[in-house]
Amino acid sequence: MSALGATTSGNRGLQLEEKLVFEQDSPGHCGVDLPEPPPFRARLNGLERQGPIGLPGLSEPQIVRHFTRLSQKNYAIDSGLYPLGSCTMKHNPRLNEKLARLPGFADLHPLQPMASVQGALELIDTTAHWLKVLTGLPAIALSPAAGAHGELCGIMTIRAALTAAGDPRRRILVPESAHGTNPATAATCGYTIESIPANARGRVDLAALQAKLGTDVAALMLTNPNTCGLFEDEILEIADAVHRAGAFFYCDGANFNAIVGRVRPGELGIDALHLNLHKTFSTPHGGGGPGSGPVALAATLAPHAPVPWLVHDAAGCALIEHAAGPAKGSIGRLKGFHGQIGMLVRALAYMMSHGADGLRQVAEDAVLNANYLRVRLADALSLAFPGLCMHEVLFDDHFLKDTGVTTLDFAKAMIDEGFHPMTMYFPLVVHGALLIEPTETESKASLDQFVAVMQALAARARAGDAAAFRDAPQLTPRRRLDETEAARHPVLRWRPAAE
Amino acid sequence: MRYLPLTDADRRDMLAAIGAPSIEALFADVPLAARQPGLLDLPLAMGEMEVERRLAAMAAKNLHAGMAPFFLGGGAYRHHIPAAVDHLIQRGEFLTSYTPYQPELAQGTLQSLFEFQTQVALLTGMEVANASMYDGATAGAEAVAMAHRLTRRNRAVLSGGLHPHYRAVCETYAQFAGVELERSDATPGAGEDLASLLDSKTACIVVQNPDFFGEIRDYSALAQHCHAAGALLVVVVTEMLSLGAICPPGAMGADVVAAEGQSFGNALNFGGPHLGLFASRESFVRQMPGRLVGETVDAAGQRGWVLTLATREQHIRRERATSNICTNSGLCALAFTIHVALLGEAGLVRLARLNHATAVATAERLAALPGVRLVNDAFFNEFTLRLPCPAAPVVEALAAQGVLGGIPVSRLYPERPDLADLLLVAATETVTIEDIDRFEAALREVLR
Repeated sequence: MSALGATTSGNRGLQLEEKLVFEQDSPGHCGVDLPEPPPFRARLNGLERQGPIGLPGLSEPQIVRHFTRLSQKNYAIDSGLYPLGSCTMKHNPRLNEKLARLPGFADLHPLQPMASVQGALELIDTTAHWLKVLTGLPAIALSPAAGAHGELCGIMTIRAALTAAGDPRRRILVPESAHGTNPATAATCGYTIESIPANARGRVDLAALQAKLGTDVAALMLTNPNTCGLFEDEILEIADAVHRAGAFFYCDGANFNAIVGRVRPGELGIDALHLNLHKTFSTPHGGGGPGSGPVALAATLAPHAPVPWLVHDAAGCALIEHAAGPAKGSIGRLKGFHGQIGMLVRALAYMMSHGADGLRQVAEDAVLNANYLRVRLADALSLAFPGLCMHEVLFDDHFLKDTGVTTLDFAKAMIDEGFHPMTMYFPLVVHGALLIEPTETESKASLDQFVAVMQALAARARAGDAAAFRDAPQLTPRRRLDETEAARHPVLRWRPAAE
Repeated sequence: MRYLPLTDADRRDMLAAIGAPSIEALFADVPLAARQPGLLDLPLAMGEMEVERRLAAMAAKNLHAGMAPFFLGGGAYRHHIPAAVDHLIQRGEFLTSYTPYQPELAQGTLQSLFEFQTQVALLTGMEVANASMYDGATAGAEAVAMAHRLTRRNRAVLSGGLHPHYRAVCETYAQFAGVELERSDATPGAGEDLASLLDSKTACIVVQNPDFFGEIRDYSALAQHCHAAGALLVVVVTEMLSLGAICPPGAMGADVVAAEGQSFGNALNFGGPHLGLFASRESFVRQMPGRLVGETVDAAGQRGWVLTLATREQHIRRERATSNICTNSGLCALAFTIHVALLGEAGLVRLARLNHATAVATAERLAALPGVRLVNDAFFNEFTLRLPCPAAPVVEALAAQGVLGGIPVSRLYPERPDLADLLLVAATETVTIEDIDRFEAALREVLR
């Protein structure tokens, strides 16, 4: 592994070992100085906590060092190319962070009098306007907390519209290439899911779709561009077929970054579309959230949008917070308070920075970068589908056939080369999928370096070095982790040794 | 454009490598009728200074908490956040990393989430906690859904003391999941007989402690009634700091805790992003929603962490998943973890005591005003006052005087005229004696 062998400390240069914070308790230490309150008569009526909580005590420098060391065990888009297909790991502008922290947004309570928050309501209204223009849909629900929450919002809204029309339907059609959240969402809303196969071109099989459409179908949930990185080129026919069957057309907008400024989903016949602000609109993924999943809605669905609703009145902007009166058709509330306002600040800053011209360029560069990788990697890897791709390119594991190297092994070897792996084994429509999305924020030099690494790894795999792949990664703070053991005997928290 | 590294020369070279005559040619799969020929009707690109100027102008139109004596709570609490918290969560390795699906590249996120899960379990007094949810309200709705799966019963009882937004989110989810809800009416200042609402179809009772009106109660007896009836007790906590002072839900016999963790490390943010917490008995773990981090070993036998029990989740299980949830609130959870770690045992208990002391002082001062009555018997850092007149116009008048003086209960209960005179007041460690003086004087003036 290395000429040095084991070190005394367990550290290896910049790779610093770090115990759990619970294992560093130094009793008596505290990282916060607080005054002692003057004597007072408590009003807890005998419900005082009995016994200690069990938290360790550390001073501020110990805490800062602890979390700094932990941070250094992470890969990040700030450190390098992060080609996770369908996840859209693009640069997160720091201006957005600065603006979200302005006290006028961050230090604002959601239930202050409306007159005292007119600027925040203007921010919501302005964000809504941008997103409505970009999607070509007349209404937008901003409260969903993430993409999957947006899906829930969209499908609930569809069910409410069908119920209001006295036309309850039981089935939702989902292509087999869909994100797992699509069928999970439809099931959460009480629907039966039917899978639509892909055709040989990686798109929805229109004939199979038409055969499944009927009076019992509530909606089609389609991702476009789809998770194979392909534009559904028969989308106008699909929309037409769905509408003729009396169903709604839901679009998963996870891949909106491929078409932003160039295609408006409302003009494709889409009735509801969620956007992931942490994908297309550059809000940070933060190691798994917080996200934000606004849902653009057609006029037929808008009366069922979740509260709060933003309206204009004589005094400026106001919120309708209850599903009554003008909002009586609303599905109700999906989240506490008004939504992920801090993420809206970031997204609006991003949209204003790019402008109408820059957002169009975002889509163009994202598609250009992905097609460049498609062409440069076509010989080394095996393309799943011929032809153009959009913002991401899908390979299968055919190029690893008879090498003894799996897609997972290949991905782990990329880690030793300093790259985060692409999305693996998804979508499910091809064997051993490798889904690569570079995003528009990678330079050509960065893509060329990535290509060189991928070509070299593919050559190594073909040269019969399978054992080295199985042992990867070697250079990370931890080698390959045993996920099977973790699931078999779950240890989900620290406990003191004595317990 | 500053966020786009490709130059026009790069674009030409890359198009040549692809063998495409133009960018437009790369969009050939998009039906011609669906392509936008030109720019949409939106402003053009702006420099950093210009964007900052415009958004700062919007922010400046708001009366933010730092500008006025501030007494709002109701599920979102203003606490002092130590400077180290925001510094650490803005480290790019945390801020700009993805969900830790590749554990060898994400031990930092995974270890900090493991610490988070442990902190949440310790604070709530529960056996295990997950890696966070969207917010407290959605965590509550997911708790009802989990009780439905665990008990195979389809009725849930919601306490009248449950935050109205949590209640509303439960209603929205339940109407689509086929769960029947029994809603006890809000009775601030009085108890409610929830045990009598239990029957053989009841999956769970959902209570909140301290409740929406700030009242603290012992739910131990209710837990026993629930268990005798084969139902679960779900306890919602909207002010996690209260658990530094009061008996945690786990010690009262709670089966599930659904909570809002914003109080630690996270700003008010006009309502979001906040941080949902979800804790339960260990035996329920395979029915839990959301992500879980577990301990394991690597190929060299060293301890490490991974996302685990993914077979519950939508990306594996699809329509049979325990929840459709995909994203959690990772960075908010990190802020919580760092703030709780900085406080530690001693600091957290002292901070809770300071909050309680401040709230008691505020309540005593305000309740001494003519016509004003304290509704609560026991409370932590939030309480309800009955005013001699409707609270909403009073709050507007206070704001006009530069005092953010609580939440009129009518804003959340427009259908309950009998609650119109109630004012919900929170006082955290950020409230000074001068703030209390100003609030008291302004309220005296407005009520005169």
